[in-house]
Amino acid sequence: MLLYALKRLIYVLPVAVGVSIVCFMLVHIAPGDPLISVLPPDASADLREQIRRAYGFDKPLPVQYFIWLGNVMQGDFGTSIATGRAVAEELAKAVGNTLMLSVVATIIGFVLGCLFGFVAGFFRDTAVDKIASFISVIGVSVPHYWLGMVLVIIFSVQLNWLPATGAGPGGSGVWEWDWAHVRHLILPAVTMSVIPMGIVARTVRALVADILSQEFVQGLKAKGLFDRGVLRHVVKNAAPTALAVMGLQLGYLLGGSILIETVFSWPGTGFLLGQAIFQRDIPLLQGVILVLAMFFVFLNLAVDVMQSALDPRVQRS
Amino acid sequence: MSLFSPSAAVPVVPAERSPGYWSLVLRRLSRDKVAMIAFVVILALVLMAIFAPYIAPADPYKSSMLRRLRPIGTPGYPLGADELGRDMLSRLIHGARLSLMMGILPVFIAFGIGSVIGVAAGYIGGRFNALTMRTVDVFYAFPSVLLAIALSGALGAGIFSGLLSLTIVFIPPIARIAESVTTQVRKIDYVEAARASGASGFTIVRVHVLGNVLGPIFVYATSLISVSMILASGLSFLGLGVKPPEPEWGLMLNTLRNAIYVQPWVAALPGLMIFITSIAFNLLSDGLRSAMDIKA
Repeated sequence: MLLYALKRLIYVLPVAVGVSIVCFMLVHIAPGDPLISVLPPDASADLREQIRRAYGFDKPLPVQYFIWLGNVMQGDFGTSIATGRAVAEELAKAVGNTLMLSVVATIIGFVLGCLFGFVAGFFRDTAVDKIASFISVIGVSVPHYWLGMVLVIIFSVQLNWLPATGAGPGGSGVWEWDWAHVRHLILPAVTMSVIPMGIVARTVRALVADILSQEFVQGLKAKGLFDRGVLRHVVKNAAPTALAVMGLQLGYLLGGSILIETVFSWPGTGFLLGQAIFQRDIPLLQGVILVLAMFFVFLNLAVDVMQSALDPRVQRS
Repeated sequence: MSLFSPSAAVPVVPAERSPGYWSLVLRRLSRDKVAMIAFVVILALVLMAIFAPYIAPADPYKSSMLRRLRPIGTPGYPLGADELGRDMLSRLIHGARLSLMMGILPVFIAFGIGSVIGVAAGYIGGRFNALTMRTVDVFYAFPSVLLAIALSGALGAGIFSGLLSLTIVFIPPIARIAESVTTQVRKIDYVEAARASGASGFTIVRVHVLGNVLGPIFVYATSLISVSMILASGLSFLGLGVKPPEPEWGLMLNTLRNAIYVQPWVAALPGLMIFITSIAFNLLSDGLRSAMDIKA
C-alpha cells in the first residue's frame, strides 16, 4: 500500500515538473514583449534594457525557469501587473472561495448522481432508467454557463428569490455560514453540480448494472437474498470507483470554475483568472493556472492512492 | 450431349457477400431512434450553417439603435432583436457557421495528430513510447477547461488562437486512447504473424493496426465534440475566441448577458442553440459507440 503510494508519487513528480514548465512558458507564448504592460510606450531603449535585466528577462530561458521555480517554491508568485499586489496574496483569498463553491457543488452532484445512477442501473431498460439516463445526458451536455444564466433569469430576475451575483451581502469579503451568505451560494453551486451529477450518474449506472450481472449477485439471489442484502453488496462494490470519480470531478470543477464564477461574479480563482486575461496580467495568469493545475495533479494522486486503499484490486499500472 | 449441359447445372448463385463491419454498424445505427433524431438535428444545423445567407431573413450585422432588445415575436423580428437592434433569428442562423466550426474542427485536427502520436507510440513502444506518453501526460494533467483558457488567455483573443488552444487540449486524450488501443492490438497474433512473414512496419501499421484502432479512436473523438462545442463557445463567452461583431453563439451570450433584466428569454436563446448542438452530438456519439459495440 505504502509502496504503491510511493510509486505513484515518483511517477507524478515528473508530470508536476512538466506542468510547471508549461505554466512558465505561458509568458513566452504570449505575443509581444512580456514587458509591454509595465513599460510606458515611450520608454527609451536604455530603460527598456534596464527593466528587462531587473525582471531577469535577459537570462537564458532555462535559467529564468529555475529562478522562477525557486521563487514559486518559496511562495513568491511575482507581482500582479494590474494591481501591483503580490500574486500569492490575491490567490490566497480566491482559492478559499473557489474551493468552497466546488466542494458544495461536488457534494450536490455526487448525491444526485448516485441517486439517478443507482435507480437507472437497478431498473435497467425500464422507463425509470430512460428518464434517469436522459437527465444524466443533459447534465453532461448543457453549457453550464448558460444554465447559470437561465437559473438567474428564473430565480433572480423573475421570482426574485435569490441574489444573482456576488458572494455575500454588500460585497462583504468575509464568508459566514448564515442565510445571508448561503443564499448567494445556492445558484452557483447548483449550476456547477450539473456536470458531476451527469458523470457520476453515468458511472454509477454502468457500475450497478455490471455488478448486478456478476455471478456472486446471481448466487445471492439464488439463495433467496434480494433487495436489502444485494443492495448492500452493490454499494460496497460500487463505492470505491464512484468516490474516485467524485474526487476527479472536484478537480475538474476547481479548474473549470472560471465560466461559472464569471456568470455569478463569484470572487474565486476563476474570477481572478478572468481578470488576469482581460487585463493581460500574465504573472497573475501564470500563478492562478499553476496553483489550479498542481492542485489537480496532486488531487489525482490522492484519489488514486485512496482508491487502491479501498479496493486493492485496482492498482493502476 | 454434354454431361454438363447448362440446364442440368445447379443454378449459379452469386456468393452472397457477407455484410461488412461498417454496413453492420450503419444498419444498427439506423435502428437506433434516439441516435437518428440526433443525426437529423446535426444535419439540419450543418445545412443551416452552409446555407445561412439564403435562409436568414435579415442581415446579421445590420444594427438599429431604435429597435434594441425587442421581445420574441416582434413583427419583422421573429426571435427578437439583440442589444444593438440586430435580428436575433438571422444572427442565430449565421452563428451556426463559426460555432460549429470552432467546436468541430479542433476535434478533427486533434483526431489526426493524436492518432499519429498514439499509434506511433503504441507501435514503436520502448523509450519512444515512454518519452512521448510522459509528454502527453503533462498536458493531460491540466483540467481541459483550464488548459484551453490558459492557452488562449496567453495567446490573446481570436479565432485562430481559439482553434489552436482547443486542438492542443484534445490531442492528449486522443493520443492516450490511441496508444492504449494500439498497444493491445500489437500483441495480437495476426500482427505477430504479419511480422514473421516479413511485412514491413509500415505495411503492418497500415493494414493490421490502423484498421483495428481507428474505429475506437474515432468514436472517442466524436464524444469530445460536445465538450468542444461547450468549450469553444465558453471561450467566446469569456471574451476569448471569436471577436465582435461576428455572430457566434458563445459571444452572443456574452454580449447579451447584461440584457437579462430587459429581455431575459432573448438573451438565453444563443445558449439554447449550444445546448441543442451539444446534446445532439452526445447522443449520436453514444449511439455510434453501442452500434460499434465498443465498451469503455
